[in-house]
Amino acid sequence: MTLTEKIIANHSGRDHVSPGESVWVDVDVLMTHDVCGPPAIGIFNKEFGENARVWDKEKLVILPDHYIFTSDKYANRNVDILRAFAADQDLPYFYDVGSERYKGVCHVALPEEGFTRPGEVLFGTDSHTCTAGAFGQFATGIGNTDAAFIMGTGKLWVKVPETMRFVFEGTSLPPYLMAKDVILKIIGDIGTDGATYRAMEFAGPGIKALTMEDRMTLTNMAIEAGGKNGVVEPDEITEEYVKSRTDQPYECVYSDPDAEYFSEHFYNLEEIVPMVAKPHSPDNKATAEEVEGTPLDRAYIGSCTGGKLSDFKAAAEIIRGNELKIDTYIVPATTEIAKGLETETLFGTPLIEIFKEAGCKIGNASCAACLGGPSDTFGRLQDTEVCISSTNRNYPGRMGSKQSSVYLASPYTVAASAVTGVITDPRVFIQETVI
Amino acid sequence: MSNESQQPIKGKAFVLGKNIDTDQIIPAAHLVYSLDDPEERKLYGKYALSGVPLEESGLPEGNIPLTKGEETESEFKIIVASDNFGCGSSREHAPASLEIAGIEAIISPSFARIFYRNSVDGGFLIPFESLKDLSKEVHTGDELEIDQENHELINHTQNKTYKIKPLGSVADIVHAGGIFEYARQNGMIEKA
Repeated sequence: MTLTEKIIANHSGRDHVSPGESVWVDVDVLMTHDVCGPPAIGIFNKEFGENARVWDKEKLVILPDHYIFTSDKYANRNVDILRAFAADQDLPYFYDVGSERYKGVCHVALPEEGFTRPGEVLFGTDSHTCTAGAFGQFATGIGNTDAAFIMGTGKLWVKVPETMRFVFEGTSLPPYLMAKDVILKIIGDIGTDGATYRAMEFAGPGIKALTMEDRMTLTNMAIEAGGKNGVVEPDEITEEYVKSRTDQPYECVYSDPDAEYFSEHFYNLEEIVPMVAKPHSPDNKATAEEVEGTPLDRAYIGSCTGGKLSDFKAAAEIIRGNELKIDTYIVPATTEIAKGLETETLFGTPLIEIFKEAGCKIGNASCAACLGGPSDTFGRLQDTEVCISSTNRNYPGRMGSKQSSVYLASPYTVAASAVTGVITDPRVFIQETVI
Repeated sequence: MSNESQQPIKGKAFVLGKNIDTDQIIPAAHLVYSLDDPEERKLYGKYALSGVPLEESGLPEGNIPLTKGEETESEFKIIVASDNFGCGSSREHAPASLEIAGIEAIISPSFARIFYRNSVDGGFLIPFESLKDLSKEVHTGDELEIDQENHELINHTQNKTYKIKPLGSVADIVHAGGIFEYARQNGMIEKA
């Protein structure tokens, strides 16, 4: 069995499962946020009764993150609904807005708080829940009805997916390359429906060279290829991270050597070049070089896929000491990352100072303009603006305006483009500043 | 909608292209309304498919909104789309908004996994997989009929019939009307 099949088997009381079978699994963690939490709670109360209790309050995590810093009355009401539910159910893992516990983007906060553990099953009411697969977990996005069902029963039916295996040759990422380039290349190759109904397992010697944040960038975007989940086998890097964040026991699971895969795909990390997804689809691939010179109105660095501390370190390497030609938005994914911007330094200067000196606009930890949001959302695109972004999706209207255009790229490429005002292959800057 | 019977589904076609993602089905700015409040709920019908670029809305002519002006229900009942319908976010508001607008079924060669599952588990509408891409053959406004017993789509306007795939393993949940009814029928949770 593959890693994904084994975890599903372990959680359904079976010795063996095969792709295509539907089985009921026991859920280790259910995550919800401010957009889908309120309707899920509404369904839970309707179906199980107004006085129903959640199946296990230690296993429900609520992280408001999408529409937080807005005056929109409906959006604020959503957070009020979560607040009331958490109080009524006495939930220990509610990270309220305005409190010291507030975290920010759920997919980055979950690992920080120790909820992503190898071998476990995690469901979340957000498509990028697949991010947690980086920790050797089966993690996937679900809707409100499924979440309500888990809240009441602790179980959910799962169709066992076939697994596509992506094997990385090479032992390191070249200095100008980021995990974002690798996943944009893969999605460009297989298409936005290339992994529909399937697991994407990332393996091979190259994966060992990637940090947890790199691996999260890969698994985060499995959904952009239609994947049910993305997954990486746990190793010492995984365990070191997880053990630093939780004392909870867990059991690592690995794919069998004779596991059967739907397909295998081979990539040499050292041969991949900086990539871009052109408007209006994550699979509309080009190399940064091919679209070099495309005029831009704005650059955006943030989100669950591109707003981690390593993403900002990368951007700062290029932005440091340069003037920016276009409005550049910086949105840390979580409050912990926001603190990291103040404590992490590059040549003695805190990252936040590097960004401020260059004139970047710096937002609060949250999803912000990654998915548009209410009209007063920080960084939301207007009219026909053209943006280069480290986020994960560029369908029409994604960042707020149906007429706008979004290019997806790595933080290196976004930063290089912010400096020049046109799409720019970051290799020029990396060679100047880092090597 | 009631999925209790397998009666034919009849109504006007609304045709869309490929990769209709959830931001196009219901833009993120509108996800704040309550689905439980009867008046706010209607807004999901009003804004259903409002994120589709106008020239792509209601093919082949385009420039046809699913719901006009202040209307919250559409004259169209069946969506016919190209590949990968419902890709993007896990928001269940997407199939819910289409149901609120009056859509009963979608026919596409392929669906994104979460959208398909949400449609079925929430009992909002039925996602039928076609054997080939019908979005170039069916025109917005054509009178369609889905024969669930014989797995056929009949286009009365063009006098053509196409095979569609049986629902397969999700048929029991579809016919129960969603995952809760299905679980009650199977004794997994108590009867309401």
